[in-house]
Amino acid sequence: MNPENYLYLSALLFTLGACGVLLRRNAIVVFMCVELMLNAANLALVTFSRMHGNLDGQILAFFVMVVAAAEVVVGLAIIVTVYRSRHSASVDDASLMKL
Amino acid sequence: MIGLLVGAPLLGAAVLLVGGRLLERTGHWLATALAAVSLVLAVTLFLDMLGREGEERALHQHLFSWIPVADLQADVAFRLDQLSMTFVLLITSVGTLIHLYSIGYMAHDPRRRRFFAYLNLFLAAMLLLVLADNYLLLYVGWEGVGLASFLLIGFWQHKPSAATAAKKAFVVNRVGDVGLSIAILLMFTTFGTFAFEPVLANANETGEGTLTAIGLMLLLAACGKSAQVPLQSWLGDAMEGPTPVSALIHAATMVTAGVYLITRSGAIFNAAPDAQTVVIVVGAVTLLFGAIVGCAKDDIKKALAGSTMSQIGYMMLAAGLGPVGYVFAIMHLVTHGFFKAGLFLGAGSVMHGMNDEVDMRRYGGLRKYMPITFVTFGLAYLAIIGFPYLSGYFSKDEIIYAGFSQGGAEGWILGGVMLLGAALTAYYMTRIMLLTFFGEKRWQPDAQGHEPHPHESPLSMTIPMMVLAVGSVGAGFFFDSGERFVHWLEPVTGLGHGDSPVSHGTVALAATGVMLLGVVGAWWQYGRRPVPVVAPAGRWITRAARRDLLQDDFNHAVLVRPGNYLTRGLVYLDHKLVDGVVNGTAASVGGLSGRLRRVQNGFARSYAVSMFGGAAVLVAATLLMRAV
Repeated sequence: MNPENYLYLSALLFTLGACGVLLRRNAIVVFMCVELMLNAANLALVTFSRMHGNLDGQILAFFVMVVAAAEVVVGLAIIVTVYRSRHSASVDDASLMKL
Repeated sequence: MIGLLVGAPLLGAAVLLVGGRLLERTGHWLATALAAVSLVLAVTLFLDMLGREGEERALHQHLFSWIPVADLQADVAFRLDQLSMTFVLLITSVGTLIHLYSIGYMAHDPRRRRFFAYLNLFLAAMLLLVLADNYLLLYVGWEGVGLASFLLIGFWQHKPSAATAAKKAFVVNRVGDVGLSIAILLMFTTFGTFAFEPVLANANETGEGTLTAIGLMLLLAACGKSAQVPLQSWLGDAMEGPTPVSALIHAATMVTAGVYLITRSGAIFNAAPDAQTVVIVVGAVTLLFGAIVGCAKDDIKKALAGSTMSQIGYMMLAAGLGPVGYVFAIMHLVTHGFFKAGLFLGAGSVMHGMNDEVDMRRYGGLRKYMPITFVTFGLAYLAIIGFPYLSGYFSKDEIIYAGFSQGGAEGWILGGVMLLGAALTAYYMTRIMLLTFFGEKRWQPDAQGHEPHPHESPLSMTIPMMVLAVGSVGAGFFFDSGERFVHWLEPVTGLGHGDSPVSHGTVALAATGVMLLGVVGAWWQYGRRPVPVVAPAGRWITRAARRDLLQDDFNHAVLVRPGNYLTRGLVYLDHKLVDGVVNGTAASVGGLSGRLRRVQNGFARSYAVSMFGGAAVLVAATLLMRAV
């Protein structure tokens, strides 16, 4: 199978994730879309690794997963805290720091 | 020894100013004593000088090196020759008498100690001026005189008019001082030094253009200090100071400095005939200007101030004539020192007895109340109008004769102008005399209902007046007999002889004639009939003369108003242009940031859009660059 197809899939997933980040209001969904974008990037990295015949891309993908896991922990904690204090998970409501 | 001459009054000024309340009771005696110490020193040096002959008479004293920098060698050094000696004797003697007089005159002033400190400072500065051996040190004395005059004219600083007059004197003098400083700089670039001896000795070998420039700058300086047209306007207002100050300024210090400067720099002027012509013109114009102003003033001190201006004009004119006139300029300066000091002290004595009234139309008949003042003032009066065989007769006639000696049309014009001046002198002085001491009493109670009780002044005031009266009577005869004064000054100033179309006798006769004419004219107007207490409106010339011949209006129109417009214009430019640029920059930055602020709308998603947009642009740019 042509490995380029994986790249098309990766671009599609990334675009879906980006649209979700830009268009959805619910912080949880935005968060999941961010994860989607990260994994789209991972897919591209692994594909490149396969195409070039070395392991660099795969190693980088592991790094991304580790960072994503850490990010999930911090991000979810923030979302939960915001929800507790404001009874809303909308990203648009959390705009208190503008003038 | 010479240093002490300057040092004694300087010490007095310092001690009195620093001493504070401790010296409140004794300070004036200390100041007078120190002035007298200077006088005694001066007399000792004078006797010493008489013991030597000719060239050896000049003394030099090098005190210390002031500014030794490569080619610039400024020393604090004194030079005492016949010219300086004449001035030193005049300054210390008249100065001491005025100190003595001030003890009585300022007896009730709460700031008397300060007054005497300034008087001492004035003496010290003036002595430094005439004793300096180079132009730079002379400049120090010159500025010191300016400072002391400022302090003394504005001594009654609680009066706004006095404060303004002091400021005016200071500012006008500053204009002259600029001239002196430029002259000194020119001397330094031309001669490489500013000591008298090398500068004056080398004057002949220098280009005439340079010398004319130096001469004109020196003249500007002299005009400022000696109140000559066009820098004369401060002198009348300077009458706001206490009367002893006026006497000091007009007789012994300050206004004589200009004549001294011109005479001292004689070698420069001799080699620059154009500058000399300007000096003559300035002298002639001032001589008439002052006399006309003196004729119209009702304020006794201002009338005398006009008279001073006119007499200094005579001296300037004489100094402008070159070696023919230098000696007589100085001779007239000395005799003038005596009778003008006598006149001012007399005027002060009259004011002292009349509750400080200065309007002569409110005097009248005072000879009965103040006999000593009347007699001393009268003798000084006879001396100034040139009554035969009194001081003014000898010195003024010599100047008029020197004017005629210029020869040709110039000689006749100068002689004519000076004779006219002599007639005017007789006129305004007789007018002062008649208004003050003759006629009926015209004084009235002042606003508080105090009627003045004219009385003779205390001895401390009358003794100086008597001494000065003796000087006014005898000085001229003493100087003239055997041409004593001429022989005395000749080694310093040189002596020239012109060929006059008229003889000495004719000049003396003519001068006496116009003097009588002036006296009779004044009697015709003020002696025959009672004098109105309120001055009549008068013709245009009288009205103009009362306003000092419009000098203030002229200065105002030509200098002050354009100056104001200039500053106003500059302020406008500053506000609109400079501030405009600064404020405009700030406003545009502020406006821009106000608009940029809206981008920060607080919505995380719009930030995300800009982030994606930015990333997209970066990627696109990278791809594009690679494609190219």
